[in-house]
Amino acid sequence: MTQGKTLFDKIWGSHVVRSLGENLDLLHVDRLLIHDLSGSRALMDLKERGLSVRNPELCLSMPDHSVSSLPGRTLASSPDGVRLGNALRDMSAAAGIPHYGIDHPNQGIVHVVGPEIGFTLPGCLLVCGDSHTSTHGAMGALAWGIGSSELVHVLATQTIRQRRPGTMRITIDGDLGEGVEAKDVILHIIGHLGVAAGIGHAIEYAGSTIRGMSIEERLTICNLSIEFGARMGMVAPDETTYAYIKELPLAPKGEAWEAALAYWRGLPTDEDAVFDREVSFDAADMAPQITWGTSPGQTVAVNATIPAPDSFVEAELQGNAETALEYMGLTPGETIAGTKVDRVFIGSCTNSRLSDLRRAAAVAQGRQVAANVTAWVVPGSVQVKTEAEAEGLHEIFLAAGFEWREPGCSQCVATNGETVAPGERCISTSNRNFVGRQGPKARTHLAGPAMAVAAAIAGEITDVRELAPIELEGNT
Amino acid sequence: MEKLQQIQGVAAPLPRANIDTDIITPMKYLTSANSKDIHEHTFEPLRFLSDGRENPDFILNKPGYRDSVFLIAGRNFGCGSSRETAVWGIRGLGIRCVIAESFGDIFFNNCFQNSVLPIRLPAATVAELMAEASDDQGNMQFQLDVASRTLTTPSGRTITFDITPDRQTSLLEGLDDVGQTMKEDAATTAFQGKDRTERPWIYDLGTID
Repeated sequence: MTQGKTLFDKIWGSHVVRSLGENLDLLHVDRLLIHDLSGSRALMDLKERGLSVRNPELCLSMPDHSVSSLPGRTLASSPDGVRLGNALRDMSAAAGIPHYGIDHPNQGIVHVVGPEIGFTLPGCLLVCGDSHTSTHGAMGALAWGIGSSELVHVLATQTIRQRRPGTMRITIDGDLGEGVEAKDVILHIIGHLGVAAGIGHAIEYAGSTIRGMSIEERLTICNLSIEFGARMGMVAPDETTYAYIKELPLAPKGEAWEAALAYWRGLPTDEDAVFDREVSFDAADMAPQITWGTSPGQTVAVNATIPAPDSFVEAELQGNAETALEYMGLTPGETIAGTKVDRVFIGSCTNSRLSDLRRAAAVAQGRQVAANVTAWVVPGSVQVKTEAEAEGLHEIFLAAGFEWREPGCSQCVATNGETVAPGERCISTSNRNFVGRQGPKARTHLAGPAMAVAAAIAGEITDVRELAPIELEGNT
Repeated sequence: MEKLQQIQGVAAPLPRANIDTDIITPMKYLTSANSKDIHEHTFEPLRFLSDGRENPDFILNKPGYRDSVFLIAGRNFGCGSSRETAVWGIRGLGIRCVIAESFGDIFFNNCFQNSVLPIRLPAATVAELMAEASDDQGNMQFQLDVASRTLTTPSGRTITFDITPDRQTSLLEGLDDVGQTMKEDAATTAFQGKDRTERPWIYDLGTID
């Protein structure tokens, strides 16, 4: 009898165009997402080399990194928006690549839009010139971020040369406690495993906690895979996945849907499959997280104290903690709750989907952003924004003192000029708290949407579970 | 791609873990970066003081290390984003070989696309190499020979490193992946023909008006 296969093995195996040597394969790329930062450059490189796009119908392009999130924005509202946005639009048109421009009803962050329109499907192989492409693995896809040279290769050949990574399963079982979100789960995992634990591995997230999550929560989990070094993170497709995809505009319909469904049901990992590495976590051990340092692994439960550098065994990590604490302006041994904040950013490909905004709005409703805090909500796509407005979420945010802005990457990466000022402290629902990520000398604390709102209301880092209750109209 | 066969020169030790791509290429240069001059900003938060002057404590600013061709770094070097500008910048500074216990996967791949060799070595070996690189008495020359997969240290110690045969050949001969794959395009056409019958939904996307 042959050994069972993992979800990863099955998708990888079904995409081998030819083997190029031991552990090295030429793989077919089913889907390529192209954005304004890496995409325009790659299309230009391709043109300069006299090459054309092999399968433009399998690609999709849209501006997200450089566009402004200012209400009423145009491409001209950000410093490089016109140059990069028009370049992407014109080169996509010349190549025959479908393009969602700044005024398109489906524009947004590539990793929010791909899943929400059915461009990303279970079993597909998807790449993009962006490290957070791992997000799409939540749909049961094999997806990872590539560099610009690899992007040129994909555009020209619709294939990618790839070394087969090892496999690692992270199993999370049990019920999450009150106030613990998908973002807290993945930050907790990164904090425990360390930021290099996933290098060279494709991750499969499994267990009852993951099975009980919505697709949007799984997208948040897979999004942060790269923050512990894994290029690929995935969740096996299940009934939750199929129900999510069924009516999406780019999903198969009719007979094609039935055929696809039958195929997808064969994708989940076989019971007797063996992973190169297995790790498990108990959901009951997890609490709302907040990062204290300049690496996503430097995270603590919100009710914990800021760790002392000498609490780390290895000298290298001690040094990193010292440097990080100095950059962040924090004192070891003090509680992290109570740290004053200047800004709150709710958005990014990690946490800008409708359910994120619903949870954020539930905390914001009837409360007020502290006077010293500037708080933004940046929906992940025009579709998210439209749906949120139909539910009246924007009115809750506006009434509470948040800015309700236009879709894009915005302050997660700040390439559109929307920076956090030097020395300012920002609670951000994004994915990286690196030095200078949100602007030179900006101090970033990563957290989930509910915790971010709690910080905005209190004006300081706060345990969302301990916010003073409020009387809502209509409640008796 | 330019060939990488043998190089000789100084190695700069950078003993800090998790140096990410935002440190290598700060975000404010991402929209305008090009391969020719991005190195002017590479490592900016470490390399320059807030007033724009060079930070005298940063290794590549120190006399003797300004023309380094090797970089010996802490683990998980180049973690973070997919920005290839990180490799362009390092290459632009004259570095052709980066040695560390581990690397960010995307950065590691991007190196081979730009004739820069990343070498993974055990933590203890990396520490020993840093010690040799830090010794500014006399000979500081490291040597790399891609064909024999060897690194020779100033003290004459020879270390063999792993590199897959295809990557070794690409570096030695300066081969370009795109050109190689395009020669075999018939295989892709055959794959798509067969796959289209098995997974038609991949090729027949619905549309959005």
